[in-house]
Amino acid sequence: MTQENSSQQRLGVVISGSLNKGVEVKLEAQASVEDMAVGRYVTIEGQKRRFFSMVTDVSLGVSDQSLTLAPPDISDPFIVEVLSGTSTYGILHVQSYLTIGGDASSILNGPQPVKTVPSHFSVVKLASDQDIELVFGKEEDKERFWIGNPMDMETKLCLNLAELVKRSNGIFGKSGTGKTFLTRMLLIGILQKSTAVNLVFDMHSEYGWEGSSEQGRKVKGLKQLFSEKVAVFTIDEESSKRHKVSTDFIVKIGYDEIEPEDMVLLRQTLNLTEQATEATYQLQRMFGKNWLAQTLNLPDTEEIKDLNINENTFRNLKRGLNTIRRLPFIEPHTPVNAVKSILEYLDRGIHVILEFGRYTDITAYILVANLLTRRIYAKYREKTEKAMSEDMAQPHPLVITIEEAHKFLNPEIQSQTIFGTIAREMRKYNVTLLVIDQRPSGIDDEVISQLGTKVTCLLDSERDIDSVLAGVSGKSELKSVLAKLAAKQQALIFGHAVPMPVAFQPREYGSANSYKSFTSSVADSSKQVQEDIEELWD
Amino acid sequence: MQRVGEIIQANTTEFTAQCYELYQSPPLGSLVKTNEQELELYAVVYQATTTSLEPGRHPIARGKNEANEEEIYRSSPQLEKLLRTKFSALVVGYRQDNKLYHYLPPKPARIHGFIYLCSKEEVKKFSSFLDFLNILINTNLPLPTDELIAACLRQMSQAYENRRRFLVTASKQLAISLSGQFNQLKAILEKIKE
Repeated sequence: MTQENSSQQRLGVVISGSLNKGVEVKLEAQASVEDMAVGRYVTIEGQKRRFFSMVTDVSLGVSDQSLTLAPPDISDPFIVEVLSGTSTYGILHVQSYLTIGGDASSILNGPQPVKTVPSHFSVVKLASDQDIELVFGKEEDKERFWIGNPMDMETKLCLNLAELVKRSNGIFGKSGTGKTFLTRMLLIGILQKSTAVNLVFDMHSEYGWEGSSEQGRKVKGLKQLFSEKVAVFTIDEESSKRHKVSTDFIVKIGYDEIEPEDMVLLRQTLNLTEQATEATYQLQRMFGKNWLAQTLNLPDTEEIKDLNINENTFRNLKRGLNTIRRLPFIEPHTPVNAVKSILEYLDRGIHVILEFGRYTDITAYILVANLLTRRIYAKYREKTEKAMSEDMAQPHPLVITIEEAHKFLNPEIQSQTIFGTIAREMRKYNVTLLVIDQRPSGIDDEVISQLGTKVTCLLDSERDIDSVLAGVSGKSELKSVLAKLAAKQQALIFGHAVPMPVAFQPREYGSANSYKSFTSSVADSSKQVQEDIEELWD
Repeated sequence: MQRVGEIIQANTTEFTAQCYELYQSPPLGSLVKTNEQELELYAVVYQATTTSLEPGRHPIARGKNEANEEEIYRSSPQLEKLLRTKFSALVVGYRQDNKLYHYLPPKPARIHGFIYLCSKEEVKKFSSFLDFLNILINTNLPLPTDELIAACLRQMSQAYENRRRFLVTASKQLAISLSGQFNQLKAILEKIKE
């Protein structure tokens, strides 16, 4: 970097601060306060070490209070020029996250979490491309995936996806802020750069085949881009045919596949009483596997008295079961087991996207997602345990994507659903969640705190912001960054997979060029692998 | 170099010089210097006075029958000898061994030392460091400090092609020195803006 270049980036000097609350930086005259933005990434050159930090607030200062009482004549450019940076100045509030020492061993160890503050009057500069690469890694790294650019920068921000899929993760943001685009991009990333396989419960049929942008433009889905690595399952054959989606499997669910545990989750959506859900266990004990069909056939007469079920409770339950029966993809008996076939695909390393077609109603979504996941998780658990005991290769790590997550993970039912278990027990059995939600406050605190990495777009409600940031250090500073994100195409990522929080603009998705950039890296890497293999045998 | 007077009184912080010609004092705020061998003192003119040579003899009004002021001096040529103009300058730095210092010299100027008006180059060289402004701010003079500072900056800026840039730089220095006294700063800025 030339001397001139480095002086251009200079913003100001550290004047005060603390480790907890971050440091204050007095802006120099040439750095206009109006060019600053929360979420911008800066470095502080301390005497012995460099600090990687983020701007969390911007404020104005005056050297003399009388300036605020009798403001000077700002129509005179001379007076404005003299006062700016001297009597009136901008202050940046900067939170440091990582630090790197100047000696050789610290450079080898890379950036470490910050445990102190830079000394007085340390120079603050805008972060350079090299700084970003040092902290977040380069795109060329095998496991890193380019997710976007840090705010107001051209550098590629990369995410370590192998690390990401080791924990459950969350994508949040109110509707229309770009959650779907972010998710689509992360799914592609997982597909390309990690060994994990995806199982996506695609409520609005946006990921598999075509989706649409806010402007109504058509955007390609994963199947169109990576047809060999993605299988589209659907529960709505008709809708898939109409949209000319090439589906790989039609999912049907038999009465005998539904268990009382599935009913617990549906309690809220079906408006069942607690007694009614309890009664299902009793009915299952009595009728066995085919309890649902049998119960539906029971007349509302004395027979239930033998079962010791209150008449109102029974009516309530029956009404609920009838709602389920009316779902078109529920059949008395199904010839092919959907779970088995999903597992077969996943075993082959093929990513499965389950489209819901017209059945975007939450009852169908909860029922199917919970039912399938519970069985898949059980199989995975079995396989992993077997692999551990017999010292065999473990199954592909599985990432299950669910939308409207607060319906599965709210405090009332999360302890009973499989998703709560997966989120809490994490990666012991190689299954993690990718939770997508617009109302994170509805998700149980325990689950939210277990999420490894969180990506969040703009959130309005104070409660949502609080719950997303629960347990994060420097919460109040991040809060101001989060609240000031643009309504579209800006997001904040923090947690396990990133060394420090960073606000970024997600990579473009939807243009011909963007598809090319997504698919070319796959071709490159497979070509690279081929070359490596050939080299090995030469 | 333009000689403007001769020292008739001196102490560590300032000196007073008498002009050779009546009313020919250098302008308020201009940079003057002595030209001694060892120490060259730089000073800013802060006051000029014209009085009668003898303290006991006061001038009297003479123009009752004259047409204009010039006639008074023409009809009484002795006036030029009985009156004198002197000016006082605040010492703001010195040169020793060809090096400039922007603080008070180790010893004051000598009586009868000649005083010269600094050339543009010398003004530029001296004002490339603005530390001397602190001496102006902190002295206790019979005239308001902001008047002196403003006059000094106006004078010095004439040596520069880009006057505005010099004024902005100097004013920024003042804004830092006067950080708690915005009203004084504002008064100075009003007096130097173009």
